[in-house]
Amino acid sequence: MRIVAAMSGGVDSAVAAARAVDAGHDVTGIHLALSRNPRSYRSGARGCCSIEDSNDARRAADALGIPFYVWDMSEEFADTVVDDFVAEYTAGRTPNPCLRCNEKIKFAAVLERALALGFDAVATGHYARLVEGPGGVEMHRSADHGKDQSYVLGVLTQEQLRHSLFPLGDTTKDVVRAEAEQRGLQVARKPDSHDICFIADGDNAGWLAEKLGPRPGAIVDESGAVVGEHDGAYAFTVGQRRGLRLGVPAPDGKPRFVLDIEPVSGTVTVGPRASLAVDALHCVRPLWCAAPPVAGEYTVQLRAHGAEHRAVVRADGDRVEVELLDPADGIAPGQACVVYDGTRVVGSATIDRTSRLARS
Amino acid sequence: MTDAPLAYLDHAATTPMWPEAIDVMTSELARLGNASSLHASGRAARRVVEESRELVAERLGARPSEVVFCSGGTEANNLAIKGLYWARRAQDPSRRRVVFSSIEHHALLDPVTWLAKHEDAEIAMTPVDRSGRVVVEALRAEVEADPSAVAAITTMWANNEMGTIQPIDEVVRIAREHDVPVHSDAVQAAGYVPLDFAASELDAMTVTAHKLGGPVGVGALVIRRELDPVALLHGGGQERDIRSGTIGVALIASFATALDLTVERQAASTARIEALRTRLVEGIRRIVPDAIVNGDPTAGPTHRLPNIAHVTFPGCEGDAMLMLLDAQGVECSTGSACAAGVPQPSHVLLAMGYDEVAARGSLRFSLGHTSTEDDVDRLLAVLPTVHERALRAGVR
Ligand SMILES: Cc1ncc(COP(=O)(O)O)c(C=O)c1O
Repeated sequence: MRIVAAMSGGVDSAVAAARAVDAGHDVTGIHLALSRNPRSYRSGARGCCSIEDSNDARRAADALGIPFYVWDMSEEFADTVVDDFVAEYTAGRTPNPCLRCNEKIKFAAVLERALALGFDAVATGHYARLVEGPGGVEMHRSADHGKDQSYVLGVLTQEQLRHSLFPLGDTTKDVVRAEAEQRGLQVARKPDSHDICFIADGDNAGWLAEKLGPRPGAIVDESGAVVGEHDGAYAFTVGQRRGLRLGVPAPDGKPRFVLDIEPVSGTVTVGPRASLAVDALHCVRPLWCAAPPVAGEYTVQLRAHGAEHRAVVRADGDRVEVELLDPADGIAPGQACVVYDGTRVVGSATIDRTSRLARS
Repeated sequence: MTDAPLAYLDHAATTPMWPEAIDVMTSELARLGNASSLHASGRAARRVVEESRELVAERLGARPSEVVFCSGGTEANNLAIKGLYWARRAQDPSRRRVVFSSIEHHALLDPVTWLAKHEDAEIAMTPVDRSGRVVVEALRAEVEADPSAVAAITTMWANNEMGTIQPIDEVVRIAREHDVPVHSDAVQAAGYVPLDFAASELDAMTVTAHKLGGPVGVGALVIRRELDPVALLHGGGQERDIRSGTIGVALIASFATALDLTVERQAASTARIEALRTRLVEGIRRIVPDAIVNGDPTAGPTHRLPNIAHVTFPGCEGDAMLMLLDAQGVECSTGSACAAGVPQPSHVLLAMGYDEVAARGSLRFSLGHTSTEDDVDRLLAVLPTVHERALRAGVR
């Protein structure tokens, strides 16, 4: 097959590209320039859009003997990922831009361009497994449970999966690093990227504050009494405990958590941990890997690297109702609810609202 | 090692070295001696440099003392524009304006904008017409708005993306009328049109070896004796004390050989290359009827370089076509500069009045002394599929 290997400049995508070459594919390395300002070198925290990363990707492609190009996707990225990120926070939700990027850029804009140009598939260094199943291509959790990235790929449809290749799905990170070393790839010891790639220092709140400016509002308790003030509701996420800077201590002296963010007034509601527990998730914008789930018991994951929860899932057109068998804490609207059947990814939907079921 | 391309159509980026220039380079590399040393080895090295200087001067219509060797086009342009600006401003602090064209290479644009940002220069950019030629009347107006404030004028001899040749005579006339130093970047012109520095009446002119079959890393600023540009590099005082640094004997000797051969064979090779270009352009038009060939259609030393064909493919991205052609062993350029590997729309096409989509959808094919009909035919053989795929991918 003719393959586009998306090469971020990290060790995973370099080894993924190497394995695609070994498998006999005709591989072309592509580095996606996602930042509007790629001239800036960055040290310390790593992302995916510095010049250094682009050079690392190029050197890995050199080592593999494959052609290498940079595709400028910065406009698409700004319009569909960064703008959405800001809009979601403005609306009081907590988005996951990596899912968005996979859905709209890596496996959409890039894949479409690749297919039009005569390629057959896009290979990435994601940790997830693709297997041929009775209903088409199935995506499963990675063999390395600690590194599993199927959550951020839960937005991919059958059409996208059919043109995707995850050569690292069967492998653990340790093996990938050792393999990179053995292959003489200079990125073998490069640290992993963790942060949101377009927020270099990992300070989401600071980045948002710069974009949106101060938008002061009140912090209230569950009774509506004002217990503090803030400079912008976008700095908060449901379930957050740190950085509340409350003036009035809680009556029980226990820590308080963000329970709710009301975007119009900017009011942030806080309360005790017990009030965080929810067991009903009302979700929208479902994206299924193949057929929608039949109503029944599944497991769901509600944030990147989050725990698995047992749940009853009912898909109904463009709405999905998820009932957690055990209540969970700190579920933030805007995050994806990815549905699993065992290790298989069924698909995902975006959490719109959460509630507590009146159960005896 | 990657295999040699099946068709190299990027001679304007760099062109293969003449075998004779490689021979001179390798034999000179084996020579011992610093050209500034006073002993026999030093004198022998110095002799090679001075003979090279004489040859270069002769081939460019200059005097040997006017040839200042340096590392290439970028350095020569920086030296010319910064050096002349600083020198003029030192003589007369009211001279702060630098007049330049909107289609200059980055090796000139960037030093000029740097002067504006850091050295208090006022910059005046002259527009070009739809074929990429400087509008002389606009340049005249810029200068005459306040002639006594102009420190320098610069206009390239031939543009590196379009091949459009600039009205250097008229630019020089305006400069002479107002007694302003005038420079021209002749990097692209030197290989393909006869240059006569004295006859041009320019004050300074940039050439580089690797665009005419010499090595990368050497070039010259040809500059009249009366002009005393402020140096960029200070040190041992080599090259008229304008450009310090131990003299690169082998590079300079090889450069001189390449220039000598190029000029000697220019008339014959120009006709041959122009015929290849016609074959290329006609072939492209046959395959892609809506392709637009940009720049000046007329051949000849006052119109267009014989070796460059700049083509817009409506509905396609130049980057996509470049990649697909590369996969078929056909090498060309989008003609635009890259910031960190991210292709930018060509400032030249934008200056010519094209929109950004057209500016992104173009390729530059450039021929040279080793080009053959096979190179052109190879491009034409793969173009139908490449064009179809690029069209399918569309413009983002
Ligand atoms: C018009 C023009 N000026 C200057 C340069 C830079 O010359 P050099 O590569 O020798 O620094 C180039 C070549 O890229 C050019 O085309």
